[in-house]
Amino acid sequence: MWKWLHPYANPEVSYHFTGKLIPWFSKLTFTLLFIGLIWALLFVPADYQQGNSFRIFYLHVPAAILSMSIYVGMAIAALSSLVWQIKLADASAAAMAPVGAIFTAIALITGAAWGKPTWGTWWIWDARLTSELILLFLYLGVIALHNAFEDKTLAGKAAGILALVGVVNIPIIKYSVEWWNTLHQGSTVSKLGAPSMSSSMYWPFVVCFIGFICFVTWVICIRFRSEILARNAMRPWVRDLVNQQETK
Amino acid sequence: MNPRRKKRLTIVLSVLAGIGLIIGLVLYALSQNIDLFYTPHEIVHGKDDTGIKPSIGQRIRVGGLVVVGSVKRDAENLKVQFDLTNKGEVITIKYDGILPDLFREGQGIIANGNLTQPLLLEASEVLAKHDENYMPKEIAESLGENHQAPKYTKEQLDKN
Repeated sequence: MWKWLHPYANPEVSYHFTGKLIPWFSKLTFTLLFIGLIWALLFVPADYQQGNSFRIFYLHVPAAILSMSIYVGMAIAALSSLVWQIKLADASAAAMAPVGAIFTAIALITGAAWGKPTWGTWWIWDARLTSELILLFLYLGVIALHNAFEDKTLAGKAAGILALVGVVNIPIIKYSVEWWNTLHQGSTVSKLGAPSMSSSMYWPFVVCFIGFICFVTWVICIRFRSEILARNAMRPWVRDLVNQQETK
Repeated sequence: MNPRRKKRLTIVLSVLAGIGLIIGLVLYALSQNIDLFYTPHEIVHGKDDTGIKPSIGQRIRVGGLVVVGSVKRDAENLKVQFDLTNKGEVITIKYDGILPDLFREGQGIIANGNLTQPLLLEASEVLAKHDENYMPKEIAESLGENHQAPKYTKEQLDKN
């Protein structure tokens, strides 16, 4: 059943495969974010209550959703590394962690910038904001553990355990606005049923969101490839690659 | 799956399930304290499941809808008084400061301050809560929703 997946556990195969993906995702990122952000920031009608300050939605919501999705991706990589001891899974978790941390930070910073004009405060210790801040600390812990050990297998194991334990925070973030009274409003788009925004506002969001997904995939592919090279620096195929580059 | 992998998978999953259970129970035990605010109904009748009520003089947050027609603003300064409601109970809020742009009658807001009388909160901070619905002005008008940010004269602002 999983046979088709087996070749990709080989670093060389994965390295070349992600190399083929990169130009596609970079082109998609530029096209979608160019169209989506111009559409969202210049042409979408202003909100009836918040006016133009609601436009930060198009940055804040994709960043927040992706900060959680990347974490889940990292946790799945950590699980497969711990159980099946696939070395590449560690490399991919190490590649994802900083990207996720940056997106968490973007979500927190854009949220603060949005909160000041609408709520009247930069920060409040409500369940949604606090749990998202904990997510940032989890990411920082995972990054620190990946770099704390000389031995990459040991580092991957330690960081993987933290990543897996931290996964309980994801449903807490997602459902915090439903379980408790919070200042943060409920979900507009990431829920079952129709989105709570008019379609003239929703479609630019879809374009921006897919654009950000492509951006994240693109960046993670680049980081993943450099992780593979760093971890296999002594292998003959990497040396061949370097020699080829030099003769060019 | 070979037995060693199976064993590792069982260990990892059972540790995760254990941690999930512990955190779930902790959150359940703390659930009343994680709530950011009391609603007017909870101040009068206590929290739904624990019956905890805030005492007089306690510093709390109250969240509810601003009662239409209840906002009384002082023409001279920034003092303002209004009622907050939910589920039929009403709490009066007194506040001295600039209200957030989203403040209006019928809007959900959160006031942070001292409960000086059973039904009176002297707020030091008023935050506007907004919902997850976004729409252009034209659609909002056709639905009968209208919004005007609170306006201040220069004299009012200078006095603060």
